[in-house]
Amino acid sequence: MSLWEYSNPVKFLKLSSRVLPWVSALSGICLILGLFWGFFWTPDDYRMGSTVKIIYIHVPAALMAINAWFMMLVASLIWLIRRHHVSALAAKAAAPVGLVMTLIALITGAIWGQPMWGTWWAWDPRLTSFLILFQFYIGYLALWKAIENPDNAADLTSILCIVGSVFAVLSRYAVNFWSQGLHQGASLSLDKEKNVADVFYHPLLLSIAGFIFLFLALVLIGTRSEIRMRRALVVAARRMPS
Amino acid sequence: MRAVLLRDLKLAMRLGGGFGLAIMFFLIVTVLVPLGIGPDLALLSAISSGILWVGALLACLLSLDRILSLDYEDGTLDHLAISPLPLENVILAKATAHWLTTGLPLGLASPLLGLMLGLPLEGFFWLLLSLVFGTPALSMIGTFGATLTLGLKRGGLLLSILVLPLYVPTLIFGAEVARRGSIGIELQTPLWMLLGVSFGVVAVLPFASSAVLRINLR
Repeated sequence: MSLWEYSNPVKFLKLSSRVLPWVSALSGICLILGLFWGFFWTPDDYRMGSTVKIIYIHVPAALMAINAWFMMLVASLIWLIRRHHVSALAAKAAAPVGLVMTLIALITGAIWGQPMWGTWWAWDPRLTSFLILFQFYIGYLALWKAIENPDNAADLTSILCIVGSVFAVLSRYAVNFWSQGLHQGASLSLDKEKNVADVFYHPLLLSIAGFIFLFLALVLIGTRSEIRMRRALVVAARRMPS
Repeated sequence: MRAVLLRDLKLAMRLGGGFGLAIMFFLIVTVLVPLGIGPDLALLSAISSGILWVGALLACLLSLDRILSLDYEDGTLDHLAISPLPLENVILAKATAHWLTTGLPLGLASPLLGLMLGLPLEGFFWLLLSLVFGTPALSMIGTFGATLTLGLKRGGLLLSILVLPLYVPTLIFGAEVARRGSIGIELQTPLWMLLGVSFGVVAVLPFASSAVLRINLR
């Protein structure tokens, strides 16, 4: 019994069909509770007023945008090293989710930035690196779309993902060359005693959990449909001898 | 390896297109910018190093799909792949040829264009230096992008989409060196970072590119 057992698509489908309802339900519960709590049962911030509430979408989305890429990196490495198709398909399924998360983070940030900073957009290190991350997602998805042979596509996108990760980190440090910028420092970090005032902190954790489960559920659904798509293609190819 | 390099250089010179095209494009961009934003020389000189870097990057981007596509179409690349020369060296030779025909001339031409944009005198050396040391990274990353999109129809747009985010660190460090040089402030850190990116890319990306090429040729 090891984790690698689930690289078998049949076993993966069986397991994921059992896990998926739970993950989806948890995601729904955490998101509804976290967002309602955050939006309606927390006080306004004394400086930012009610705009502070966008934190319950902005922070989790930004978190997942980065972690989705990280998950794709791990899945790509597993594909290149151990050639498990499920892993390659999971990376493919995670990309659109990560893209949308990046977009949500950028848009909610702009909506928050307009009243707070007086501008929709600033060429600030964090904003710029998210824009670059967005471009990486676009390129990755475009490469998947462009290549017909599925194994070649998996190989090439995996290499792109690995090379891209190195460059994404480099870009993150490169943009730091322009002063700190408008964006505040990290809202959450593990090595700090206290991050945000408790009233905002607990609903934030809940909505982060909601976003994580949402990501898991979407990736599972995506991977399952990719596996089924592969099967359908194989069946179609068998029926039509060319 | 030298034979591959010389062959590519000769082809670039004789076919035209590759060699003159990049320089012409560079010239056009730098002439269009003052036409677009007006002849205010103070404004132009403040942004000249950035314009020249962006122009050089775009000129480089323009010629990327020529690195491999012609050889792929007529089968030369298959011959190179089964030749005793390691594929990594083929890639390196191709990238070097691209650099010698675009990056280096762009760098050498940049002071002239800097003059037209009112670049301060002390910035010329640093602009030249940053372009000469930064463009190898652009050529190498571009070759990596070209291997990824090899054999795809309408690969040109995809190539730009893939390569642009990869160009970001080089552009930022290179333009920062040129900008700081032109206003005469300390530029050690971005210069070392630029050199680091350039050398690192030239050292590592041939392996990634040849891995991609092997997948594309199988």
